[in-house]
Amino acid sequence: MNAVLLASDVNVAQNVGFYIIAAIMLFAAFSVVSTRNVVHAALWLVVVLGGVAAQYILAAAEFVAVSQVLVYIGAVMVLFLFGIMLTRASIGDDTDVNNKGWGIGIPVAVVFFGVLAYSVIDAFEDAVIAEPSGAQIASSTQAISDGYLGDYLVPLIALSFVLLAAAVGAIVLARKD
Amino acid sequence: MLLAAEETAAAAGWFLENAWLIPVIPFVAFFIILLLGKRMPRGGSEVGIASMVAALVIAAGAAFQWIDRVDSAHGEEVAPVIKQWTWWQSGGTKFGVGEHIDGLAVMALLLVAFISTLVQIYSTEYVKGDRRYTHFFASITLFSAGMLIMVLAPNMVQLILGWEIMGLTSFLLIGHWWEERANSEAALKAFWTVRVGDVGLLVGTAMLLGIFGTLDIQGINEMAAAGEFASHKVLMWAAVALFIACIGKSGQFPLHTWLPDAMAGPTPVSSLLHSSTMVVAGVFLVARIYPVFHVGLEINAAGQTFNLIAVIGGITVIVAAALAFVQDDIKKVLAYSTVSQLGYMMMGLGVGAWTASVFHIFTHAFFKCCLFLVAGSISYTASHHSFDMKKDMGGIWKKMPISFGAWMVSTAALCGIPFFSGFFSKDEIIDSAKYADYTIFYIVGIVGAFMTTAYMTRATYLTFFGTPRGGAAHFMGVDHHDDHAQDAHGQDAHGHDDHADDHDDHGHDAHDAPEPGKPFPFAPFDSPWKITAPLLILGTLAVGSGYLNAPALGIHWFEHQTESSIGLPIAHEDEGGSEAEIHDEEAVAVQAFAAPRAGEGAEAEGGHAEVDPIYTVPEPPKFKWSSAAPGLLLVLAGFLVSLLLSLAVFGKKKNALSPFVGLTRRSKPVGAIHTFLVNKLYLDYLYEKVIFRAFAHPISKAAYWFNQSVIDGVVDGTGRSAKRTGDWVYRNIDQRVVDGAVNASGMVASESGHALQPVQSGKVNQYGALLFSAAAVGAIVLILLNV
Amino acid sequence: MYAVNFLLLSAALFSIGVFGVIARRNAVMVLMSIELILNSVNLNLIAFALINNDIDGHIFALFVIAIAAAEVGVGLAMVLMIYRNRRSIALDELSEMHG
Repeated sequence: MNAVLLASDVNVAQNVGFYIIAAIMLFAAFSVVSTRNVVHAALWLVVVLGGVAAQYILAAAEFVAVSQVLVYIGAVMVLFLFGIMLTRASIGDDTDVNNKGWGIGIPVAVVFFGVLAYSVIDAFEDAVIAEPSGAQIASSTQAISDGYLGDYLVPLIALSFVLLAAAVGAIVLARKD
Repeated sequence: MLLAAEETAAAAGWFLENAWLIPVIPFVAFFIILLLGKRMPRGGSEVGIASMVAALVIAAGAAFQWIDRVDSAHGEEVAPVIKQWTWWQSGGTKFGVGEHIDGLAVMALLLVAFISTLVQIYSTEYVKGDRRYTHFFASITLFSAGMLIMVLAPNMVQLILGWEIMGLTSFLLIGHWWEERANSEAALKAFWTVRVGDVGLLVGTAMLLGIFGTLDIQGINEMAAAGEFASHKVLMWAAVALFIACIGKSGQFPLHTWLPDAMAGPTPVSSLLHSSTMVVAGVFLVARIYPVFHVGLEINAAGQTFNLIAVIGGITVIVAAALAFVQDDIKKVLAYSTVSQLGYMMMGLGVGAWTASVFHIFTHAFFKCCLFLVAGSISYTASHHSFDMKKDMGGIWKKMPISFGAWMVSTAALCGIPFFSGFFSKDEIIDSAKYADYTIFYIVGIVGAFMTTAYMTRATYLTFFGTPRGGAAHFMGVDHHDDHAQDAHGQDAHGHDDHADDHDDHGHDAHDAPEPGKPFPFAPFDSPWKITAPLLILGTLAVGSGYLNAPALGIHWFEHQTESSIGLPIAHEDEGGSEAEIHDEEAVAVQAFAAPRAGEGAEAEGGHAEVDPIYTVPEPPKFKWSSAAPGLLLVLAGFLVSLLLSLAVFGKKKNALSPFVGLTRRSKPVGAIHTFLVNKLYLDYLYEKVIFRAFAHPISKAAYWFNQSVIDGVVDGTGRSAKRTGDWVYRNIDQRVVDGAVNASGMVASESGHALQPVQSGKVNQYGALLFSAAAVGAIVLILLNV
Repeated sequence: MYAVNFLLLSAALFSIGVFGVIARRNAVMVLMSIELILNSVNLNLIAFALINNDIDGHIFALFVIAIAAAEVGVGLAMVLMIYRNRRSIALDELSEMHG
């Protein structure tokens, strides 16, 4: 497939949708790291994760999007909220959510973004992604399973061990003795 | 001259070849006595005597074989037996030890061995019971070894070695009873005075090495005689330097002052060292390398009226004889007599009378040694260990016949009375002076003979005749309680006599002495036989030894045996053709007696024909009673004058010379002369107070100042500056730089650690910051690299 | 659409997440920031899968999701333990492992 297409091949609707979701995501992410309320931060994170799932749909990765919603928003965020609850985070505004040296984070983040942006733009410039065909979209799940149980079988099994270890470890760590 | 065992003639006899054993045996005996002597039954003396007898036997054998050698040479030149073993090498020059045996050496070896043996036998009785008996014998044996080493030395180095050994033992023996201050001071004086002369010996030897390139005596003699040297002036100065050593060793004026003081030693020492053997070492040196002196100082050169050696010798003769007049101590009289006779020997060498001087060494040794031993005998037996003639002697001739007889015979020899040994030798010296045109020394010689007879008569009278005094009175059994009043008349100003004058043999521990030996049956009151037997032997020789070379009787045997040692040919008139400076008178004399002489001179002629020499010694003059007459008359005059004066002054008998009694007290000038003589010409004062004080004092003060200020200053300064440097280095370099560097490196490490410490703060946020910023930087670097 | 869209978005999310890790004091908040980072990476992967038409990106993204879940579980368990022992989860105060 040709990666480089004419500007007239760009799907304007997709782009616009993308931009809107991206804006929401960025605002939410920014709120995660700047709000004083821990619970609010968790909720803003949920927004971010939802936005990511939406982006996955736009990128024709439905399986991943659904997994994202199920795992991340459904399990991980619940865990986070439980953690916040169990660590007696103060309800309402918390003073001193930022540590003393938070200032250094800004330049680091900016530099990082600059480096990444530069290299991305430098690499791709005006490249346009080709529309995936309907057949590709339909067979994407099967392709994923083919991949998991074919080429990436061993990592899959290893992953299962990791999950097992994590579960056992979490129980061991968190139990009251 | 080549070294290594060199035999100059085919098959010299065993004794001649192995004559080097002669000094070796006493030298080894010295060590044996020193180490084992105390444990031996006779305290080491048996080893000493045995070693001297062995040396004597070998010396006698060598003498016989030498005589044989000369006789078999039949008038040809007799080569000496030389052997050398290399001692050490320096540069290209080798120095060796060995032997150089010729007539002179044989005579000296025999003389030293013989007299040493007799004196050692004498000593066994004389120093019996002494607290250092063993060491005495060790020293005296070492002395003999040293002198023997010297007389057969083939080169100057060995000669100096023997010379120094003799100096050492002289010091040891003079100071034998060093507990008394005077004795040790006398020993030191002897040593230092001879040392002053030894400077000349070393300088002269160095100059000889420079002139001739070798120190071998044979080589030096040959080269000097043949005129093979670069500069005559340098040779002259070398001769002068060497002669200075002889002045010191042989007690010539002005370095004679040590000899009378050396009488502080035991009498055997005086008789062996300071009369017969050691003091003639200087004369021996001159005789040994005679060509150096003869050529260097131009002895017998045409028109020469005096030279250094003859002048010094002559002055010594007169001065010493004058000093002998005013001595009260019998040994001092004999000491000055020795000095005077040494002056004769030197004078003889100075006028070219080599044979006469050497023969005088020979005869003088016997009669002088005998005189000293008699003095010892008297002190041992008669005068209770005193040597003062005026206080403790007198009138003992009847009771000590052997001693008296030996004394008289030896005195006669000393005075030069005809047909005693001294006459033949001394008269030849005086004759030679006359015939070699050294008129002034002829006069000195005969005046000296007058004085010799005079002072010996005085001494004889005081010792043996007159009324017994003090110790002698006790011996003779005629004790007087007012001894001191006795000799009030004869007592002259004692004034400045030094302490050694009054010495007795104190160290003899006499009060608990063991039993003295037995005297001879025919002399029941005389000294024991060990003392008198040597006296008898020496007395005989005092008479008989002269007949070995008696010009009066036409015997020239001694001259014949030793003439090869002169180093220069003798200018015999009847061979002619030589450029030697021969006096006209002698030429006439020779022609007049040509006939009887021709027969005997034939053997001597044959050898000289082939060489046309540049330098020669004159031949000994023909003896005539008429030429000897003035001397003999003066001897007789001296005897009479002195006898009469002695009777008048000491014996208080009226005679023709009685008006002269007390002259020294009445007449100021005569008294002044007397005081001058009694104070030994104020030479001691000059040496000790003036010269020593003027030179040595400031020098020693300067040296002390130099030592304390300069040397110590330098040392202290070095130490201080080293300390200061050390301190500075410590403070600045060690503490600051080095420690600073070390501390700095440590601090760098620790500070960098401290500086990096905040990195590990334990704060997760910070770790995250670091991690991401590092990643950002890394990414930028990657981008930059790949752009 | 433009390829750079997804990538820029993910870069922005990443940077915000980095800021959150550095600046936040509460341990849970830091974990949340880390989740942001991980999600941005996931977005990147999916974008590349779309650009290159390769399914491997999806597979890898699913791996990341699983691992992230495991990590959050263990991480929160640790935070709970720390809270029990120290009554505080302010990372400023939890700096005993310092030099």
